[in-house]
Amino acid sequence: MAFTVMFYCAALFTLYGAAMVAFSKNIIYSAFSLLISFIGVVVIYALLDADFLAIAQLVLYVGGILVLILFAIMLTNKISNASSSNPSRSQFLSFVTVLVIFVGLFFTIIKAPWQVSAGTQELGPITDSIGDALLTKYLLPFEIVSVLLLVGLIGAVVIARKENIEKAGNTNLSATSEQGRSL
Amino acid sequence: MWYLANYLEKNYAVSINGQESAWLIYLIVAIASALVMLGFASLFAGLASFVERRIAGRIMARVGPNRVGPQGLFQFVADGLKLIMKEDLIPNGADRFLFKIAPYFVFAGMLGTFVVLPFGANIVAANMDVGIFYIISITALVVVGIILGGWASNSKWSMFGGLRSAAQIVSYEIPLALSILVVVLLSGSLSTQGIISAQGGLPWDWFIFHSPFAFIAFFIYFVSALAEGNRTPFDLPEAESELVAGYCTEYSGFRFVVFFFAEWANLWIMSAIAVICFLGGWRVPFISVEESTSSWGIILLGLAIFMVKTLALVVVVIQLRWTLPRLRLDQMMNLCWKYLVPGSFVCILGTMTWMVLIDWNSMIGLVLRVVVFAGAFMLLAYYIYRIRFNYMIDRDNYKKMTGKDMWYPPYRLP
Repeated sequence: MAFTVMFYCAALFTLYGAAMVAFSKNIIYSAFSLLISFIGVVVIYALLDADFLAIAQLVLYVGGILVLILFAIMLTNKISNASSSNPSRSQFLSFVTVLVIFVGLFFTIIKAPWQVSAGTQELGPITDSIGDALLTKYLLPFEIVSVLLLVGLIGAVVIARKENIEKAGNTNLSATSEQGRSL
Repeated sequence: MWYLANYLEKNYAVSINGQESAWLIYLIVAIASALVMLGFASLFAGLASFVERRIAGRIMARVGPNRVGPQGLFQFVADGLKLIMKEDLIPNGADRFLFKIAPYFVFAGMLGTFVVLPFGANIVAANMDVGIFYIISITALVVVGIILGGWASNSKWSMFGGLRSAAQIVSYEIPLALSILVVVLLSGSLSTQGIISAQGGLPWDWFIFHSPFAFIAFFIYFVSALAEGNRTPFDLPEAESELVAGYCTEYSGFRFVVFFFAEWANLWIMSAIAVICFLGGWRVPFISVEESTSSWGIILLGLAIFMVKTLALVVVVIQLRWTLPRLRLDQMMNLCWKYLVPGSFVCILGTMTWMVLIDWNSMIGLVLRVVVFAGAFMLLAYYIYRIRFNYMIDRDNYKKMTGKDMWYPPYRLP
C-alpha cells in the first residue's frame, strides 16, 4: 500500500515537472521544473530497487545536464521575457509532431511484453551484475559507446578552439584567459 | 529507507518486513535518524565556526570571540539567535520564488551526504551498496541551489559568484570522483562500510599508504574537496574583496545562516570522506572486522578513533584557509584541468598496475606499504619541525622587540 502511494506521488511529481517545463512562460522556471521531473524519476528508480540507476540519474541529469542548461540560460540576455525565450511557432506542425510521438509511445507501451516481476530471488548488489554484463555480454556496444563519447569530446574541443579559425593575428588569447575575464 | 530497515533486521533481529504497518516503522526510524544527523550537523557547524574564528584570531595575532560563555564557546548560539531574529530581506528585483527556495537545495545537498557517512562500526544511517557514488551525486543539488540563488538575487555580485561556484564545483568534481575511484578499485566496494572494512587498523593497512599512487590520490582528493567546499585557496565564489559575498550577497537572516551552515558542515563531510576512503575510518588496530561490532567498548573506541582523525583534518583545513592566498580564476582552472585530472588518471592506472603486480596480503606488499608509510611519516615530522622552527624565531623576535614574552603559550587560548 505504502509502495503504491509513494509510486503515485513520485509519478505525479515527475509529470507535474514535465508539464511545467512545457507550459512555463519563463525559461528559468522551465529548467527548474526539469529538476523536479528528474528528482521524481530518481524516486521511481529508487522504489524499484535500482539504486545504482537512481544515483546515476542524479549525477548525470541533475549534476551534469541540468547544470549545463542553467549555465547556458544564465549567459543569455532577456531570459525572463517569454516572447524571446519561449516563442511558439507553427502550432499546427508541433501539434502533429506531438500527436505522432504520443500515438507511437502509447502503442509501444500497450504492445510491449513487460516483465511484470523479477521473480522471488534475492537481489544482490546491483553494481556487480551491471559490471559483469557490461564486460561480458554487452562488451561490444559498451566499447562502441565509449568511442562515440570520445569522438564527441574531441569534436567539441575542435569546434571550441579558436586557433583554427583565426590563424593570423594574436593567438595568445587562449580560452582560459578569456574565460577568466568573462567570469 | 529500505536499506535502513534491512540493516535493522540484519543486526537487531527485528522482523518488520512482513508486518502490515512496516512502512510506519520505516518512516519513524528514518525521521529519527534524520533528526539525529541534523542535530549532529548543526552542533558541528556551530562549534566549527567558533573554532575557525579562534584559530583565525591566533593566526592573525588577534584575540577572536571570547566573551559569550567560557572562552567564547557559545558565540555561535548568540550569532545564530541574532541572525534568526533579523528581517528576511528579499531584494526588489529578485525572483521571489527561486530566491526563497535556493537555500533549501544547498541545505538538502549537504545534509543528504550524512545518510551514508558512518561514524562507527555499525553507526550509520543507511549502509547503501552505492554509498560513495551517492555522496558524489548528491552534491549536484548544492550546485543547483547556488546557481539558482545567484541568479534569483538579481545582483551582479551574486550572479558572478554563482557562476564561478558552479564552474568550480563542476570542474573539481572530476578529479574528486577519479581519486575516489582509486579507493573503489582497492576495496572492490562502493559502500562506505565496505571501503572501511577493506582497510586495517594500523597505519600501513590504510589505503593512503598502499602505493605512491594512492598517496598522490589522497592529495588530489583533498585539494578537490577544498575546491568543492569553496574553501580558501579556492574561495573565488565568495571572494570578499571582489564580490562582496558572492552568491549569498543578497541573503539575510535565516537564509544566510543556511548557506553558512552548509559551508561549515561541509568541513566535516570532506574530512570524513577522506578518513573513510584513505585513512582507515573507524578500524581499531589489532581487531578484525568481525570482532569490531562485538562489544560496545570496541564500537566506542572505533567512534573515538574516527572522530580524532576527522577533527585533525578539519583543523588542517581551517589552518589552510587562514594561511594561503586566493588563486586567480585561470590558475584554478589550470590546476584542475592540466594537473589534477591527468594526475588522477595516472593514479588510477598506477594503482591498477600495482594491484596486479603486488598482492595486498603478500609479504612484499606489506613491506612496501610500511616503506610508503615511513616516507610519509618523515614528511609529516619535517613539517611539524619546520612549523616549530618558525614559531621559535617569531617568539624570539617578539621578545627582542617588546621585551615581553609572547602573549600566550601555543597550547593555551587567551
